[in-house]
Amino acid sequence: MKLVMAIIKPFKLDEVRQALTELGLQGMTVTEVKGYGRQKGHTEIYRGAEYALNFLPKIKIEVVVPAKLVDKAVDAIVAAAKTGQIGDGKIFVVPVEQTVRIRTGETNESAL
Amino acid sequence: MKFAKYVFGAVVALAALALAHIDPALAQEAEAAATPAAPTLSAGDTAWMLTSTALVLMMTIPGLALFYGGMVRKKNVLATVMQSFAITCIVTVVWMVIAYSLAFTDGGSMNAYIGGMSRFLLKDMEVGTLKGTIPESVFMCFQMTFAIITPALICGAFADRMKFSALVIFMVLWQIIVYAPIAHWVWGGGFLAGLGVLDFAGGTVVHINAGVAGLVCALYLGKRVGYGSENMSPYNLVYAVIGASLLWVGWFGFNAGSELAADGRAGYAMTVTQIATAAAALAWMFSEWLVHKKPSVLGIISGAVAGLVAITPASGYVGPVGSLWIGAAAGVGCFFAATTLKKAIGYDDSLDAFGVHAIGGIIGALLTGVFALKAVCGTSGLLEGNPGQVLIQLEGITATIVWTAVATFVILIITNILTGVRVSQAVEIEGLDINLHGEVVQ
Repeated sequence: MKLVMAIIKPFKLDEVRQALTELGLQGMTVTEVKGYGRQKGHTEIYRGAEYALNFLPKIKIEVVVPAKLVDKAVDAIVAAAKTGQIGDGKIFVVPVEQTVRIRTGETNESAL
Repeated sequence: MKFAKYVFGAVVALAALALAHIDPALAQEAEAAATPAAPTLSAGDTAWMLTSTALVLMMTIPGLALFYGGMVRKKNVLATVMQSFAITCIVTVVWMVIAYSLAFTDGGSMNAYIGGMSRFLLKDMEVGTLKGTIPESVFMCFQMTFAIITPALICGAFADRMKFSALVIFMVLWQIIVYAPIAHWVWGGGFLAGLGVLDFAGGTVVHINAGVAGLVCALYLGKRVGYGSENMSPYNLVYAVIGASLLWVGWFGFNAGSELAADGRAGYAMTVTQIATAAAALAWMFSEWLVHKKPSVLGIISGAVAGLVAITPASGYVGPVGSLWIGAAAGVGCFFAATTLKKAIGYDDSLDAFGVHAIGGIIGALLTGVFALKAVCGTSGLLEGNPGQVLIQLEGITATIVWTAVATFVILIITNILTGVRVSQAVEIEGLDINLHGEVVQ
């Protein structure tokens, strides 16, 4: 099992969710986050007063997938979240040691 | 609490004054002062003035409260709307007790500068007492709503850092020492009225007055912690848009209501108000678009308020074309005051009470002397060959600025001795809402 963590543009969330659902994945966790990469921040101007905002709003998706689905999941996210513009986000894949479904006590891949 | 003691003292003093009110000597004086002219009541005029009064009250609560509340940071939203609401209540009481009398009655030998005490506690204002063609009670309430919004406008200058206890004391003193005399000079038969200063709805009395007082407050209190380095972006500009829109609608009561009648001149005042506001909003928007590359929401609503301010003194005196120019001048002028001038001089007028109200008021008061039409008001402006009117306007502006600047400064010193005017740095950084009022916006 792997944890796929994707930071994406907020308006791309629904397309990414749909793409992952089509792969047969049954759940995900979504968080509103702020951060910056090469896109850096942006500037707001109020009556001539300029404020540089270094952290931009993004969406973080976390989904744990069986090892054999990892590449497909990553490809699906890339396809759905890509605009080609700077600030599209990043995907991180990390190993997961154990999974437990709290209601039934099932473990690992059968708990996904 | 030290502050509670002052309030208690003030209540006792007020009660003593109320008892003195029964003094027969005072009552006689009032009889002598009351000179009943006997025009008849006009139902149409009265209906319009009742409506106007409600419209102008709406400008402060919720109009100005939302306009200012939307522009401060989240930690100070409640403290800011509280200022407008509390001032509404404070001024109502002060007006009823003494300020109306000082502004609008005959002051005898001092009448050029201040009114008398014949309407102290609204004495002798009966159900049937008329002021022109409307009940005096309606006139008193209408003027009260002006007395409410003027000090509330000042709050924009010291937003984010004034103690609430200091605000209560400051506003009581300011109403009596600054607003009542200046209202008397222009509208109560004082020396500016005698000079022929044209101020239809309060360009000098309300806007220059509040704007200059705001600048004095901003300079006296000093800059906000983090001014120029920290992000002070507005909490919610939608609130500010709702507030500005309520101000705009309410301003029909402010300007067209200042005719004190439902007639053709009131209709003209309404027309020029609408035109100047739109022109100023566009002028600010295009100026900003050119300079800062984007037409902002805060920009267009700020321009609208600048236009409303500038047409205020002119509204019963100029025509539609004049109002177009007045609006355009105010939009551009106030944009540069609130952005370039403020930066160049370096004062921290948080929400631009000075940049919009004083500068807009001065532009409007001067241009009233330029665009006044004999056919509308019986007085010609510069364009109709009467350059002297501009000088008269300048005298009105100067007198107002001098008195409000000096008196506001003295009142601030007194308030500072009594309670201190500024919150501690810790309170300012954490926010006024939780520290002064024990509440927060989630």
